[in-house]
Amino acid sequence: MHPELTDNIARRNRTNGRFRYLVIAGSVITVVPIFLIVGNLAIKGYRQINLAFFTKPAPDTFQAMMAAASGEIIPGGIANGLTGSLLMVLLASFIAIPLGLMTGIFVYENGTRRYARFIRSLTEILQGVPSIILGIIAYLWVVKNITRGYSALAGSVSLAIMMLPLIIRSTEETMRMIPIAIREAAFALGTPYYKMIYKILIPVSFSGLATGVLLALSRILGETAPLMLTALGSPAVSFDVTRPVSAVPLLIWDFYNDPNMVSLVWSASLFLMFFVLSMNLLARSVASKHKYI
Amino acid sequence: MNNTPQSENVLEIRDLFIAYEPGRYAVKDVSAHVRRNSITAIMGPSGCGKSTLLRAMNRMHELYPNIETKGDILLDGQSIFSMSVIELRRKVGMVFQRPNPFPNMTIYENVVAGFSLNDIRLKKSQRDDIVENALRNVALWDEVKESLYRKGTFLSGGQQQRLCVARAIAFNPEVLLLDEPTSALDPIATSKIEDLLGELKKKYTLVLVTHNMSQAARISDDSMFMYLGELVESGHTNTLFTTPKDPRTEAYLTGKFG
Repeated sequence: MHPELTDNIARRNRTNGRFRYLVIAGSVITVVPIFLIVGNLAIKGYRQINLAFFTKPAPDTFQAMMAAASGEIIPGGIANGLTGSLLMVLLASFIAIPLGLMTGIFVYENGTRRYARFIRSLTEILQGVPSIILGIIAYLWVVKNITRGYSALAGSVSLAIMMLPLIIRSTEETMRMIPIAIREAAFALGTPYYKMIYKILIPVSFSGLATGVLLALSRILGETAPLMLTALGSPAVSFDVTRPVSAVPLLIWDFYNDPNMVSLVWSASLFLMFFVLSMNLLARSVASKHKYI
Repeated sequence: MNNTPQSENVLEIRDLFIAYEPGRYAVKDVSAHVRRNSITAIMGPSGCGKSTLLRAMNRMHELYPNIETKGDILLDGQSIFSMSVIELRRKVGMVFQRPNPFPNMTIYENVVAGFSLNDIRLKKSQRDDIVENALRNVALWDEVKESLYRKGTFLSGGQQQRLCVARAIAFNPEVLLLDEPTSALDPIATSKIEDLLGELKKKYTLVLVTHNMSQAARISDDSMFMYLGELVESGHTNTLFTTPKDPRTEAYLTGKFG
């Protein structure tokens, strides 16, 4: 071998080694903050988490002050936020899942048509719209014109708009993975078009669709900004969609603004974090369990 | 099937032109016939229009947008273009190049998929009969009777392809179209499918697109040779292989191109 070539190899090996350490260091730097966050939340928040935390609404300032002064745990919990979040997420799913699935299927089926391409780019733009602006839109549409006041419905609409692009994208991308041969097999059996969609396309891509929906849900669960302009928050447990309701992230913001309730911030954050995390894990297990393509 | 006396020809193709784009014909002026209870092989080099011709026989070619079709195909004397697609595809089943059982369905569900996808409700006992019959007809019953409720995709490639044949014949069609059904299979699975086709022609009429000339020679009764969208020559397989009339057929059969 030419002597210069052997030199080259030694140098290459050194560069290789250095680069490896760089990559490892990078990954450590990324992972450490995640553990720090979870650890911090757990240490500061676990004390408040008991049965009452889930069943009682948020305390008022006075109760919290008394408890904080005597060093006890703060009474009350996040029940009003939990029910509000649940109500709005359900309602938002009700709006966004059918709409998103249908739009996604339409875009997939007509991928090359101008109108479908237009929808696809609109979806991409919608995904980039800051969530507070979606809150303002829902405020204009619903708070001003439909419920004539802050309401759970308005909150749901803003969340539904946030879910839409995520569901449309994941639907289109999942369906794209279905081999054409599967569609042809259905058509060759004389299957009508609509039946091919709901008996073949949707079941075959079920895991992908469910993953998309779950990820969209976990995304909106933590959304705060649009809710400030729409659902506003409420100290009591309420299931009336025309009235203001609270939500877990809204409560975190409320707790933060009250110096007596700081320890509840940690507990509520810990809970929200775990909830979103388990949603993601669920999405993962669904994705692997019903995987056909 | 009806009891009226049937002519020997199941399918009559008359002056058929098919264009994917205006003016660019994939099938040019093809006229031919397919005899009842026979295997007709369509041969030809890649891109000669043989798959398009096959797909036209149950109007699967219409899945492409902007397709243009002229001429006619008669099934038992009736134009397929005047039938409803759904009715036509029940009479003319299809098996594809790659095995494509529905991945969300069990073996059992796959066989009766043609019924469930068309909302034809059957009693459990009827369904059981159809499944057993169809699977016996494709010589798959003994291999899968213990695992009818497992997903069809868990079978081997050859078994999957036989499952797809079972799915297509569960409707008891008149004609079965096969688009290179063995090109994705190994030699053993291929020979099993070939044996199966020989059995199936007793009940059905088979039209087979194949790349494989020896396969056409082995199992077909009639052959068509297509080149650049035209039907160059058709007739009994023995005649076509031994004494081709057209120099292009001879050139293809002797491996000069293709």
